[in-house]
Amino acid sequence: MVDRLLHRGREAAAPGDPRDEVWRRVKLARHLGRPRTLELLGEMADEVVELHGDRGFGDDPAIVAGLARIDGRRIAFVGQQKGADTEENVRRNFGMPHPEGYRKAMRVMELAERFGLPVVTFVDVPGAHPGPESEERGIAEAIARSIGLMIRLRTPVVAVITGEGGSGGALAIAVGDVVLALENAVYSVISPEGCASILWRTADEAPAAALAMRMSASDQLALGVIDGVVAEPGEGAHADVRETARRLKSAIVTRLDQLAAVPLDELLEARYRRYRAIGPYTEVAAPAVAQPPSRGLTDRLRDLLDPGRWAAGVPLPGSSRRDEPPAHEDV
Amino acid sequence: MPIKLPSFRPRRDDYPPDLWTKCPSCGEMLFNKQLDKSDRVCPTCDHHFRLSAAARLELLLDPGTFEERDAGLQSVDPLGFVDQKPYPDRVAAAQVATGLRDAAVRGIGAIEGRPVSICVMDFGFMGGSMGAVVGEKVARAAEDAIAARIPLIVVSASGGARMQEGTMALMQLAKTIAVLERRRAARVPYLSLMTDPTTGGVFASYAVLGDVNLAEPRALIGFAGARVSAGTIAQELPPGFQRSEFLFDHGFIDRVVHRRDLRTELVQLLRYLRPADGSSGDGVEGDTRWGFRPMGFLSQLADRVVPEIGPPPGSSGSERSSEERASGEAKRG
Repeated sequence: MVDRLLHRGREAAAPGDPRDEVWRRVKLARHLGRPRTLELLGEMADEVVELHGDRGFGDDPAIVAGLARIDGRRIAFVGQQKGADTEENVRRNFGMPHPEGYRKAMRVMELAERFGLPVVTFVDVPGAHPGPESEERGIAEAIARSIGLMIRLRTPVVAVITGEGGSGGALAIAVGDVVLALENAVYSVISPEGCASILWRTADEAPAAALAMRMSASDQLALGVIDGVVAEPGEGAHADVRETARRLKSAIVTRLDQLAAVPLDELLEARYRRYRAIGPYTEVAAPAVAQPPSRGLTDRLRDLLDPGRWAAGVPLPGSSRRDEPPAHEDV
Repeated sequence: MPIKLPSFRPRRDDYPPDLWTKCPSCGEMLFNKQLDKSDRVCPTCDHHFRLSAAARLELLLDPGTFEERDAGLQSVDPLGFVDQKPYPDRVAAAQVATGLRDAAVRGIGAIEGRPVSICVMDFGFMGGSMGAVVGEKVARAAEDAIAARIPLIVVSASGGARMQEGTMALMQLAKTIAVLERRRAARVPYLSLMTDPTTGGVFASYAVLGDVNLAEPRALIGFAGARVSAGTIAQELPPGFQRSEFLFDHGFIDRVVHRRDLRTELVQLLRYLRPADGSSGDGVEGDTRWGFRPMGFLSQLADRVVPEIGPPPGSSGSERSSEERASGEAKRG
């Protein structure tokens, strides 16, 4: 077990291996020196006023939120904040927010809506905090509500994946009219270690899982999850924080100006349509047992002629089953 | 009625699994036919076994009323995902094993004669994981509920988002929540039933967002898997952690309901939570049996006597909605 933990994240072997490339980015996304929300804002904003507390339980240091002025534009910001060293990381829970963090985020986003400020979010999170306190106070509820709020928020929203986009804990503040990512940011539904330990039965295969999940920013752009990639200078964002912030600022300001020109109703409709449509699937002819009695002759003929029916392995009508095998009971 | 086995016989592996099931909670050997008769609840210890989507629909809906919709939705492989097995092979194997096309079944049915839009998950299909098909079915179930102004019921049984669809699966959280937000604005009731297990992205999206959240007893419900919690933070987990009762104690579930009472409770709740009339301001309408509403009565009478001025027959719920509109007017007048 300890061996396994020590080997966690070891590099994939062969040179030129595509796993190396994506794993290099995962490591850059997790780099201790990578600029976080407050560092980036410190470089790009003329003024930053941080606001604290969720008004219900406390103030989560893993999420920062507040008001800022970028290039003369007033905005509200929300972002995860990892620590720059061990001490700060302990204080900020390694950037893993508790429910009160997301509730603070919601509070500030509602504030922004009320006073007509656009919202900019900075996403960099391994995942929401998985501990008992987090569950007790409703981490799932906080994430779901935050996603719901961002979908209906009547003000422009730009989200930027700056480091790790770790699953629901990231998406909770990453719903927007425009979603950008830094070049070496990653975005995934589960950590590569978690995916590897489930599907490969060992966390050592994390680079293979990272590749399979296509978690790099360029892959996410190709999948349509994000809308733009901001190039990082030199070896990565940590090498030149000022230049990274400058590039990010120009990308954010451009997008904010574009969004400001769109009427709010249109903006919200487009945002809704974007998320309503996401995720590909296909539609094949229904199995014979499930056909509603009212179907016309033409429909039935079309079904018979549909080539997808033959390719897709239509389940046999007789194979319906009463229950799952007991083997699942120990999950 | 528990079946006692002769004590001199070893308990394990002696009985064909298609006839007998061992209760994982109390260790009792249960005859499958008897288990089916008790809705797959252990008669000795009340352990709730998992139900297939078909059995769940049979349990909740009036017999013969379920009309499946979107049965043909099928997963694609957006990432070209291969672990030890290509993703399409896993889907095909699950389809053969379960007879389902994906991990959710949705359609229109009736509970005590009232139409509902229902979506039921099946843990047997790849751990009930949510990919684009499950997300789409939940979204369409909500859209049908909004369009027909009938209640929405979603029964969750899922390990969470489907890893093999990557961020496409993650985005199903946003997709389902987006439609549920519209549903909320449309004031159409949504009852969420969480069954064993309801975890990860399914819990953190539609499952937790019910107008009323119900759960079966002792179901595993949580955001992070218990093993993830224990592994990430070296901390002892409290007893009963992430079980229905734990969530009930912390205020995230309205009622923990025994399987035999589920239908009755749904009926009871739906009697209060009626879809609000789209145009009128008052959303609370009692059961028509409880009071005489002259306008409602007259318009119903008119519908019967002069059918051509009434709403078109056959469209689902049209009679009820016209009656509600009329009684709403009566109340305002």
